[in-house]
Amino acid sequence: MNYQYPDERGHFGQFGGRYVAETLMPALLELEQAYAEVRQDPAFQQEFRYYLEHYVGRPSPLYYARRLSENLGGAKIYLKREDLNHTGAHKVNNTVGQILLAQRMGKKRVIAETGAGQHGVATATVAALFGMECEVFMGKEDIRRQSLNVFRMKLLGAKVNEVTSGTATLKDAMNDALRHWVTHVRDTFYVIGTVAGPHPYPMLVRDFQSVIGQEAKQQLNALEGRLPDVAIACIGGGSNAIGLFYPFINDPGVRLIGVEAAGLGVATGKHAASISAGAPGVLHGNKTYLLQDDDGQIQHAHSISAGLDYPGVGPEHALLNDIKRAEYVAVTDQEALDAFQKLTRTEGIIPALESAHAIAEVIKMAPGMSADEVILVNLSGRGDKDIHTVADALQVDLS
Amino acid sequence: MPTNTSSSFAAADVFAEIKQMSRIDDTFRELKKRGETALIPFITAGDPDFAKTLELVSTLERSGADLIELGMPFSDPMADGPTIQASSERALAGGASISKVLDLVSAIRRDSQIPLVLMGYYNPIFCYGIKRFAQDAANAGVDALLLVDLPPEEREEIAHDMARAGISLITLLAPTTPPERMERLAAQAQGYLYYVSMTGVTGAQKVAPEGIRDAVERLKKMTRVPVGVGFGITTVEDARAVGEFADGVVVGSALVKIIEEYGQHAQLFAKVAEFISGLKRGLAAVQ
Repeated sequence: MNYQYPDERGHFGQFGGRYVAETLMPALLELEQAYAEVRQDPAFQQEFRYYLEHYVGRPSPLYYARRLSENLGGAKIYLKREDLNHTGAHKVNNTVGQILLAQRMGKKRVIAETGAGQHGVATATVAALFGMECEVFMGKEDIRRQSLNVFRMKLLGAKVNEVTSGTATLKDAMNDALRHWVTHVRDTFYVIGTVAGPHPYPMLVRDFQSVIGQEAKQQLNALEGRLPDVAIACIGGGSNAIGLFYPFINDPGVRLIGVEAAGLGVATGKHAASISAGAPGVLHGNKTYLLQDDDGQIQHAHSISAGLDYPGVGPEHALLNDIKRAEYVAVTDQEALDAFQKLTRTEGIIPALESAHAIAEVIKMAPGMSADEVILVNLSGRGDKDIHTVADALQVDLS
Repeated sequence: MPTNTSSSFAAADVFAEIKQMSRIDDTFRELKKRGETALIPFITAGDPDFAKTLELVSTLERSGADLIELGMPFSDPMADGPTIQASSERALAGGASISKVLDLVSAIRRDSQIPLVLMGYYNPIFCYGIKRFAQDAANAGVDALLLVDLPPEEREEIAHDMARAGISLITLLAPTTPPERMERLAAQAQGYLYYVSMTGVTGAQKVAPEGIRDAVERLKKMTRVPVGVGFGITTVEDARAVGEFADGVVVGSALVKIIEEYGQHAQLFAKVAEFISGLKRGLAAVQ
């Protein structure tokens, strides 16, 4: 397989592209050029590796989940421990890369959108590290759900802007971040948190996150002397999944499975399963699968997990689905909650609710597989931020 | 990089040449003869409702509008400020859709030949089907399409169908557009060029006419189509100042605010007529 995407205009097959206002177009062309330079530049790559190792704490461990594997009675399950990164999730891999790029480009300030708050925290963190001004856009509804992360961002010196337009969640935060960027485009770098948005973002975020899959491939080879049979990750925008998948794309024996949020069930209409139940469209600068009505109006997404609560998905996942290189499934809020508790009890690891979606799919699959097969699952973040949400769902009063 | 899609622009140009007589060209030609600047109001189709939009269009025309930009409501209007966002939300809450916008255009065409430009975002059109939209829009009497989030780099996918249907694609240029790019896009323009007066969203700040005079005058030398200026033009004074050097002035948020305030009141049409005729008089005073 010779997989080479995106093309030189930023398209992943029919998906991707640069669907933005003219005011932003020159900034994207400038970013594209700056990124093309650093991609070839050993000094930049070395600096990126340095911060990943000494600041983020990479490589993250690949952990054999023995009790979970035995409990499920099938395949061997390995967890890629992105939850052990500084700031508690995979998001920081990308923000380190982008802030180094912003520095190279001489930008003075950074902005970011955030859903669960993980990307906002990861951006505020690297902004503090490099002494840059930082503003984060976050939906009112998410601010309520994720108050701990809001406080973390403020402690880190970021300004958190409450977004009340539209549905007051991640998609609206991205709208407002884009509106702010249009206004301050000359001195501001927009740190996009996932593999969506206009070209070159889906490509550069993928490249920065690919360290996940590269490490896992080496680590699994050292432990098992082989490739995994299946690689699984949850999908909101899809950055942790593409980071895991990308180094395996040219290994046809490895099944790649992306797990979307089915919310209350795909049939109820209250979900965030853009690939499973959406249609192609254009939003936030790229063409991809979207949740939308017949008139092309974007619909509300629903998920218990704020990080998956987005009505679109990265364009590269849309392509991987259409060329059948990756499979996309969806698990419900309830299945994710069950998986959250199961991993916590069997391994002493409290996963993020996002990551619990991937674990839920593992719970479905593993028993049907044999003991000499291997599942590699991306544990993209830790669950401390979700304790209140889980307590609510389990009807436990923490006050 | 960047590779551009000059071949497709060229193809679209050929079709634009074939279709020589158009309402937009004729209107600007007439205005030029009289030494006048075009007044181009923007309103959202379906705000406060479609019956009122139909009557508003007729009010705008009677009060001195030369072209009209009709907003196609979208759930996620990323280039718009709060005023037009809210307007879009009101229209959608009232059941606005592309089909209804096209029905409105057909209704306007029963007794008006004013040039009509549909302005909005790409997704509703992509969803409607590009070929189907081009045909239905042409049949309804749409003259041009202005899609904020479809820059020249992505325009190829609709350029051919729109050109065949005789619908011009209006190009936006911004203060951030570099000179070389501006020159290239200006040379390929159809209908008129829309110069965005500031880096920002609609209605957020006031235009600074003297700050953009040079850019607009340079732009006029690069193109054979008229140059309109929009974003931040809210008062008679703004319109008059920009009208000194632009071929057209676009007034959006300031007008939409009046519709927001008086949408459910009997004075709506009188208030809109007063505002537009004031702008028209201001522009006439330039000459």
